[in-house]
Amino acid sequence: MSQPYRLPPERTPETARIDRGTTLAFTFNGESWRGHPGDTLASALLANGVAVVARSFKYHRPRGIFAAGSEEPNALVQLGAGAATVPNVAATRVELYEGLIAGSANCWPSVDFDLGAVADFASPLLPAGFYYKTFMAPSGAWRLYEYLIRRAAGIGRAPDGADPHTYDKANRHCDVLVIGAGPAGLAAALAAGRTGARVILADEQPAPGGRLLDERCEIDGAPAVRWSETAAAELESQPDTICLARTTAFGIYDHGFVGLIERRTDHDPGLPGPRQRLWRVRAKQIVLATGAIERPLVFADNDRPGAMLAGAVRTYVNRYAVAPGKQAVVFANNDDAYRTALDLRAAGVDVTAVIDVRSGPDGEWPTRAVAAGIPVFDSSAVVGVHGRSRVDGIAIRAFDGKTVTGESRQLECDLLAVSGGWNPAVHLYCHVGGKLRFDPELAAYLPDRTSAPVRVVGAAAGKFLLADCIADGAAAGLTAANDAGVRKKAVAVSARIEDVDERPQASIWEIPIPPGSRSKSFVDLADDVTAADLRLAAREGYVAAEHAKRYTTLGMGPDQGKTGNVAGLGILAAANGVALPSLGVTTFRPPYTPVTFGALAGRDVDALADPVRRTPMHRWHERSGAAFEDVGQWKRPHHYPRAGEGMEDAVGRECLAARRAVGLLDASTLGKIEAHGPDAAAFLDRIYCNDVADLRVGRCRYGLMLGEDGMVIDDGVIARLAEDRFHLTTTTGNAARIMGWLENWLQTEWPDMKVYLTSVTEHWAVASVCGPLARALVAELAPALDLSPAAFPHMSVREGTVAGIAARVFRVSFTGETGYEIAVPARFGLALWTTLVTAGERHGLTPYGTEAMHVLRAEKGYVIVGQETDGTSTPRDLGLGRMVSRRKDFLGRRSLTRADTAATGRKELVGLRTVDPKFVAPEGAHLVAKPADPPIEMLGHVTSSYRSANLGHGIALAMLRDGRRRIGETVYVAQPELSPGRWTPAEVTAPCFFDPEGRRIRD
Amino acid sequence: MLLIPCPWCGLRDESEFACGGEAHIARPKDPDALSDAAWADYLFMRANPKGWHRERWHHVHGCRRWFNVARHTVTHAILESYKVGEAPPDPDAPTAPAKRKRSARVKDSG
Repeated sequence: MSQPYRLPPERTPETARIDRGTTLAFTFNGESWRGHPGDTLASALLANGVAVVARSFKYHRPRGIFAAGSEEPNALVQLGAGAATVPNVAATRVELYEGLIAGSANCWPSVDFDLGAVADFASPLLPAGFYYKTFMAPSGAWRLYEYLIRRAAGIGRAPDGADPHTYDKANRHCDVLVIGAGPAGLAAALAAGRTGARVILADEQPAPGGRLLDERCEIDGAPAVRWSETAAAELESQPDTICLARTTAFGIYDHGFVGLIERRTDHDPGLPGPRQRLWRVRAKQIVLATGAIERPLVFADNDRPGAMLAGAVRTYVNRYAVAPGKQAVVFANNDDAYRTALDLRAAGVDVTAVIDVRSGPDGEWPTRAVAAGIPVFDSSAVVGVHGRSRVDGIAIRAFDGKTVTGESRQLECDLLAVSGGWNPAVHLYCHVGGKLRFDPELAAYLPDRTSAPVRVVGAAAGKFLLADCIADGAAAGLTAANDAGVRKKAVAVSARIEDVDERPQASIWEIPIPPGSRSKSFVDLADDVTAADLRLAAREGYVAAEHAKRYTTLGMGPDQGKTGNVAGLGILAAANGVALPSLGVTTFRPPYTPVTFGALAGRDVDALADPVRRTPMHRWHERSGAAFEDVGQWKRPHHYPRAGEGMEDAVGRECLAARRAVGLLDASTLGKIEAHGPDAAAFLDRIYCNDVADLRVGRCRYGLMLGEDGMVIDDGVIARLAEDRFHLTTTTGNAARIMGWLENWLQTEWPDMKVYLTSVTEHWAVASVCGPLARALVAELAPALDLSPAAFPHMSVREGTVAGIAARVFRVSFTGETGYEIAVPARFGLALWTTLVTAGERHGLTPYGTEAMHVLRAEKGYVIVGQETDGTSTPRDLGLGRMVSRRKDFLGRRSLTRADTAATGRKELVGLRTVDPKFVAPEGAHLVAKPADPPIEMLGHVTSSYRSANLGHGIALAMLRDGRRRIGETVYVAQPELSPGRWTPAEVTAPCFFDPEGRRIRD
Repeated sequence: MLLIPCPWCGLRDESEFACGGEAHIARPKDPDALSDAAWADYLFMRANPKGWHRERWHHVHGCRRWFNVARHTVTHAILESYKVGEAPPDPDAPTAPAKRKRSARVKDSG
């Protein structure tokens, strides 16, 4: 038989959800296997008797499937291949499909023969925190160790290309969001939905039912799954209810905001549409019916393949018709696990015994087990597990809750079902600050209190009986709908259930290992954290839960310690001799289960990752072969290389043309704000550090804005178009921030001022013409404008017609040449540009990019805010102290007289000229007084540095301590990182290298 | 993600807003009258309470208006948003906020 562990049809319970009529072929670790629709990868592997599915993280021990849901710590597989591969998926969460390919994640060369397993035998060398202790010396060697450790410890492989899938996002509001479609969640959704509330019900599984899918129990006299099917059908028929299957709520955030991942095609990659969908739900009320997660007991070699959670065993038997073994032993501290023994027996599996750590269990389930002829060993514990790659027997001894005594007795088995009780799944509850309390009877943390609109019901609230779950869910669903404002009367949710009462479990976490044993007892299987590791952490002083977690990595694996965490805390508490709750708990944070980046990105990838802003002239730049650079979101031409030209050649040519003939720059990206209103002048007077109110209509002025701390935040040109109307420019990358800055002061500090601010950046396309022939060119295209220096002087603005287009012409310059910035409505930008290019041809017009612009302005010593300045530069530091008004208050003025801003010894803007004309200092290089071995006193740094084609040597701007006083001195540009270190002498100069009198600009 | 009541636009997602820090810090009328220490206090020192906090928010990707919000720094509950120039609500006087009809209100979601 191809699936030797599949239950025969006559032994298959009614609850089974596999389709035996169809067979699916899949590949695991290169071998072909068969399963059925309805299987998970885990259940299909178990059906085929594949015991070892993974190697453990640290010791590379063989590991088998341990759980049946998203809590699985062992069976992490690499799913698919190539660019579509997904690492670290729990096999228990992978629905089987035809042609599925998966492999074990953490082994080499194969899962059955893994060379890394030497780590298990070398484990005395790898205690908790070993990397903190072992690899700290010699200094620098860590890099080598890190490389080796990462190779040894890696889990999974990243895809080898861009993700070929698409992902979607959906946004929804609802009255009640119910998370978990088990009995409590279904009851909550029904109760809320019947009131007419907008309900969303989400569950990880492909079908609703939760634990009802896994158990042999009855509701209203029929198998419980029938009840869940009926409930789901009613919910589907409600017009305002959305049922989401295969959907995991991974995080709850403030104000009812919940993130959920719907896996749309993972169960059948052939389906059309996006692979996953991120639901961003804003819920007025949230009901958490997230169930509970079974926890293991900790004992010697409890990690062997074949050891499995008792509840998971029931899932495999009842839901997937798989017997995870031929001969079973159940080992537990509670009544619930006896159901596993009974269900296994009913499925025809030989149950050797139930080992119970309690004395004389007399609850209903133990009584039924005894009546069924299953031997029960009470006051006993498993003290050893035989078999390395599969359990083939166990040793048990008498156990009084603390110590083991007596002779050990051997029992044969190939399946060891383990239960240490159940932990309510309170993860999501904790995401929104929900506080927990420790319940000694359940030995578990339960939801206590929260200010968030969240209710926790059913097993997640520690209510484990089915009748309680349904009653609890129904009550919470109704009150949630009411609290969301929906008050319609509705038919109550009811169900007839005969529950079996359970006796308390024993608060036992660990069966001690005798000293000297080489066995390990694992607490966190995913991270290979043992009970001994936790005791070591306690001995070394890591007492608090959060500290011990970080030291031992308890709960830090892909499963986030869903099964082992509370047992770990219990062992840690015992090692410290304190009661468990006093240690605190570790913090649960989103995501509950791993979320692929693709789902978070959705469609916002590639071209949609960030918006691209293009100027109206962009097409011309493209056609002309411009090399672009990103400035904020803008694409700006950096330079326009001609055939055979490198960047340096092109920039040099563009710079020369602007100084000798005429250059043309696309300046459309400059931020532009129009300030309008009777108080506009007074408002701007408070904003800028220089005077604005006395600016005459038709004139422009260079303006500096300071923060209240006195530091320069932006610069630009202020043009007064009318008494009550100003046109301001900001640096390209700062436009939005400055708009917010102005609105902030206008709205919050001076709301009585009558000023309107309008962002007009995109409204105007701007062509900046400069050079000795600029006037001649503009005169040709604007015959009606009087361009004579007397009629249209530097720093003035005129409105007129240029190239037949109504334009604002600003006579300003960022190059030191006669310059005109011609602004036209954006839709005419390209027309203006092409007209200028055509008309400029006979004047030798050359378009230049941002790099030439930078060189030209640096030759003049003009600063760029954000390049010369770094948030610690005052106007005086930049040599612009004369701009600062003395006749008014303005933002930042008071700070300019604070002791430190007024002190000497601040860094000041200077120029640098190296003796070697070919040397171009690296930007950011430190300046020192003379060459020396580090550490050296740093006097300043280079802020801008270029090769100047016009001057024939390298030029640099720098911020230098007491810079203006040092003009004429020599400093050294330090490059100690080079081998040998280089120290290049440079003469400190005034920042302006070219036409210091400014004749050309005024001409 | 917070749900912030803009006094002009109603409840909107936090991603549309920028937080402007503590509210009700008036710019000194005569900065020259202040000592360096007093000016530094205005510049740099901000309250960091555990509890109700009045802070400025800017609906930067919406109506572009600045306004104030009373938010609880532990629960993130928002008591009320109110326009610039309006008096802040007193969380201990539950009837007080209702008097301001024009402001958007949200219930403490707890």
